[in-house]
Amino acid sequence: MSNEAAREQSFTRRAFVLGGGMAAVGATLIGRMTWLSIFEGERYQLASEENRVQLRLIPPRRGWIVDRNGKPLALNKPDYRLELIPEQVVDLDATLARVTKILNLDFADELRIRADIAIQPRYMPVEVARDLDWPAFAALNVQVADVPGLQPVRAFARVYPDGDQFAHLLGYVGAPTPEQYREQKDPLLIFPGFRIGKDGIERHEDKGLRGTAGALKVEVTARGKVIRELGTRADKPGETLKLTIDRDLQNYAARRLGDNSASVIVIDCETGDILTMVSMPAYDPNLFSTRVPAKLWKELQENDHNPLLNKSAMGLYPPGSTFKLVTTLAALEAGVTPDQGVICNGRYRLGNNTWHCHSRRGHGHVDMHSALPKSCDIYFYQYGRQIGIDAIATMARRLGLGQKYELPLAGQAAGIVPDRAWKLKRYKKDWGIGETLNSAIGQGYIITNPLQLAVMTARIASGKAVMPRLMMPAGGAAPVFDSLGIPEAHLAIVRQGMFDVVNSGMGTARGARSPVGGIHIAGKTGTAQVRRITAEERRHGVKRNEALPWKQRDHALFVAFAPTESPRYAVSVIIEHGIAGGKYAAPIARDVLTYLFEPERALAALAPIEREVAARREENARLQALADTTQDQQALMPSWLRTDLVAPPTFEIADPDAPVPPRDDN
Amino acid sequence: MLSALLNGPWRRELSRLPWSIIAVIVALGGFGLVILYSAAGGSLDPWALKQGIRFAILLTAMLGLALIKPDTWLRLAWPIYGVVLAGLLGVELLGQISGGSQRWLDIGIIQLQPSEFMKLAIVLALARYYQFLPRGYETRLNALIPALALIAAPAALVMLQPDLGTALSITFGGVVVMFLAGVRLWLFVSAGVAAIAAMPLAWSMLHDYQRKRVLIFLDPSTDPRGAGYHITQSKIAIGSGGLDGKGFLNGTQSHLDYLPELQTDFIFATMAEEWGLLGGLYIILLFGVVLFWGIRVALQAKGQFQRLLALGLTATLFFYLAINMMMVMGLAPVVGIPLPLISYGGSAMMTVLILLGLIMGVARHNKMPGN
Repeated sequence: MSNEAAREQSFTRRAFVLGGGMAAVGATLIGRMTWLSIFEGERYQLASEENRVQLRLIPPRRGWIVDRNGKPLALNKPDYRLELIPEQVVDLDATLARVTKILNLDFADELRIRADIAIQPRYMPVEVARDLDWPAFAALNVQVADVPGLQPVRAFARVYPDGDQFAHLLGYVGAPTPEQYREQKDPLLIFPGFRIGKDGIERHEDKGLRGTAGALKVEVTARGKVIRELGTRADKPGETLKLTIDRDLQNYAARRLGDNSASVIVIDCETGDILTMVSMPAYDPNLFSTRVPAKLWKELQENDHNPLLNKSAMGLYPPGSTFKLVTTLAALEAGVTPDQGVICNGRYRLGNNTWHCHSRRGHGHVDMHSALPKSCDIYFYQYGRQIGIDAIATMARRLGLGQKYELPLAGQAAGIVPDRAWKLKRYKKDWGIGETLNSAIGQGYIITNPLQLAVMTARIASGKAVMPRLMMPAGGAAPVFDSLGIPEAHLAIVRQGMFDVVNSGMGTARGARSPVGGIHIAGKTGTAQVRRITAEERRHGVKRNEALPWKQRDHALFVAFAPTESPRYAVSVIIEHGIAGGKYAAPIARDVLTYLFEPERALAALAPIEREVAARREENARLQALADTTQDQQALMPSWLRTDLVAPPTFEIADPDAPVPPRDDN
Repeated sequence: MLSALLNGPWRRELSRLPWSIIAVIVALGGFGLVILYSAAGGSLDPWALKQGIRFAILLTAMLGLALIKPDTWLRLAWPIYGVVLAGLLGVELLGQISGGSQRWLDIGIIQLQPSEFMKLAIVLALARYYQFLPRGYETRLNALIPALALIAAPAALVMLQPDLGTALSITFGGVVVMFLAGVRLWLFVSAGVAAIAAMPLAWSMLHDYQRKRVLIFLDPSTDPRGAGYHITQSKIAIGSGGLDGKGFLNGTQSHLDYLPELQTDFIFATMAEEWGLLGGLYIILLFGVVLFWGIRVALQAKGQFQRLLALGLTATLFFYLAINMMMVMGLAPVVGIPLPLISYGGSAMMTVLILLGLIMGVARHNKMPGN
């Protein structure tokens, strides 16, 4: 019995130990739970809310871009699309198979999707399909709601009603790049279907156009299924951007240019408003806003008319004779009187070299009054040499050349206004007098873009330091510009010269005479040489431009303003390899200006031009098709029969001595 | 015969049952049903109704078991242990043949899980073993080896399934009985020291994924989307409940699927989210009452077998509770052990109610006159 008692005693002792252990654990549990729920409670409540409540972005609608009269240039249309976020996808093959059941995805689509997934970071959405119709979108919403990674989204696609005509000016939109997301860390940038400005005004003004995202508060399950909406904060659409552009005028100018590689700019001389800024040919920004087909992209890149370049702001051309306006003003400033003159016999000798006038036989006696209308080179050689390059360069800069303007453009070329200091810095050489001669007639180093020429014309027409603007400020207040500081008498002489270019019998642009009663156009032609004419060729007679390959023809330029009595509009026209300013560029400027005063008359001029262009396009298409077929047939031929495998001999056409104008931009 | 049974001393026998503890058990089980009702999104389906019926049947079975004398269990201890061990072996062999791991033994009408019964059988067998071992012999080597073998055999078989939680539970039950039987303390101390010393060795033997599990337990935030997810979400559920919870049917962690296993292993978290600290205290304190009662029954019991049986089973119940709650509160790694009486599941509920029935049998015997 004592044995049993001892056992019981030992048991009791150990039972108390065990019970004590249990109590300790129980106390620990209570303590732990109190800690979690009372002391850390707030933190966990937050965590639970974070679990439960998800903020979903509502992408803002992109702001519209409208012209000066409120006509839309870029707007939005709803776009139902299906996007895929690789990060969230569990099984890509199964997911794509699922989509294929609902939508018609062909093999190429699947390849593209897989390629996109492979090259992009995992968090960037990949477009599966766009432009879905409503029934398909509704079906998707129901059927893929539980597939992780697939997101049907109602986005907005950008629409440019006028397409090509505004491509360079407005640019286009596109999906943000991973780099942009890493830089800006804006969650909008990885929102499926969200687009940002990629070029032109769309890119420059992206911030304002983008707007502010709204948020949708939803309650979601662990699998991301939405249970209900808890609240919304509306998105703030991007601001509507009002441009100084006149949509109708720009469309007219673009049509009037036909299939030329050209640029037209129209500026309001009083306000600096850019009414038109068109560069043709262009591309369709509507296509660029989605995905550019590889074939189209290749065609655009290979096209010798440079459809991807905004010639109005980025193209650089020797101003040619249009620069004589600058030389004239500089000469007046330097004290040359209008009655002083030269005898032009077509040649100007300097040392061992001879400079030529565009008129082989010469103009006879030329003074300042006839120098501009006749565009006599000898006159400007003489007085350019007399006043020196620095005086010319100073005047050029005063008139707005050689600089960039404050404009919302994706890029602007500054061009070059050369002087002694520039030459020394650039080439470590002193300025040569021959270079002054070239510069005086707008050749040689000097290089400008069409926008600068338009500004120059506006400044001469108004006498004020006009600055161009593209954005219409709220209220539309007209800016006040300082005077250029050029005596009115000097300007009057130049304006009269420009008037005579168009309206006198000796002028080089008689074809630009205004058809509108009571309105006179004043202008200046320019023909910028692309190749150098050798002495040899001169002896045998200079080849007519029309006989040369397109790439070697001269650029045609024309600057003008109207009406002459109280200048209102300045225009610059450049046709790449357009042969002659007076013959080809001036009529375009005339028609564009006519449109401002009498649209019906200007429109009537379009019909024959467009007929001609259409016929040419047709012919080109036919030739292209023929070439394609030949190429296809050749590819099928046995190699020993193929002629294209034997490289034809190549001839270096360009003269190695030809002065190559420096085209860097500093 | 029938009339003798009907006219038997039912009222006297029933009056000897610990009705207050039965009331506590019903209170716990009932609360469990309320939680399951909410876990299903405010519906009797699929859990609450089934569990309720099960609870009612098993509660009756428990009362029936309580009427059986402890001496009967003493006589049947070896056979029961033998049969359950054979069952474990059978499950293992069946698994080998069918080429997969198996825990169930399908005997036609129901599926039995021998490992569940082993939790009870191990206590029964060891209590039987020490009942007839003379005092002072407990620590001798030739007395220790059979006891350790009794524990090791089923524990090893269950580990093979593999079911770490149940194996630990069986080992814990056996070791507690050895401790209570009077095995020298230094043995436990040195065993503990040896276990700690062996830890680096064990660590080096663990698979990478097992190491990862341990590391994740130590710091769940290192893997919030993977294995650490369960612990993190469970802690969020408990913590966000605050003092009095988000209210019945208002849990978000549970209803929006953030909480895994919300009706079984993590039901405490499901409860805590809606009932807060007060609900937790309710469960912990009621179980405390049951455990306290179990200890008191053991202390009052006559004879070593009954003492060891009552307290061994109480300790086993405690092990369930402690591991489950520590797991959901992030104090222990994730081991699949349900919360007794509350978690959804027939097998576990059956084990716990049989366990309580056995303790009640001891309690009833304590009240018998002449003992």
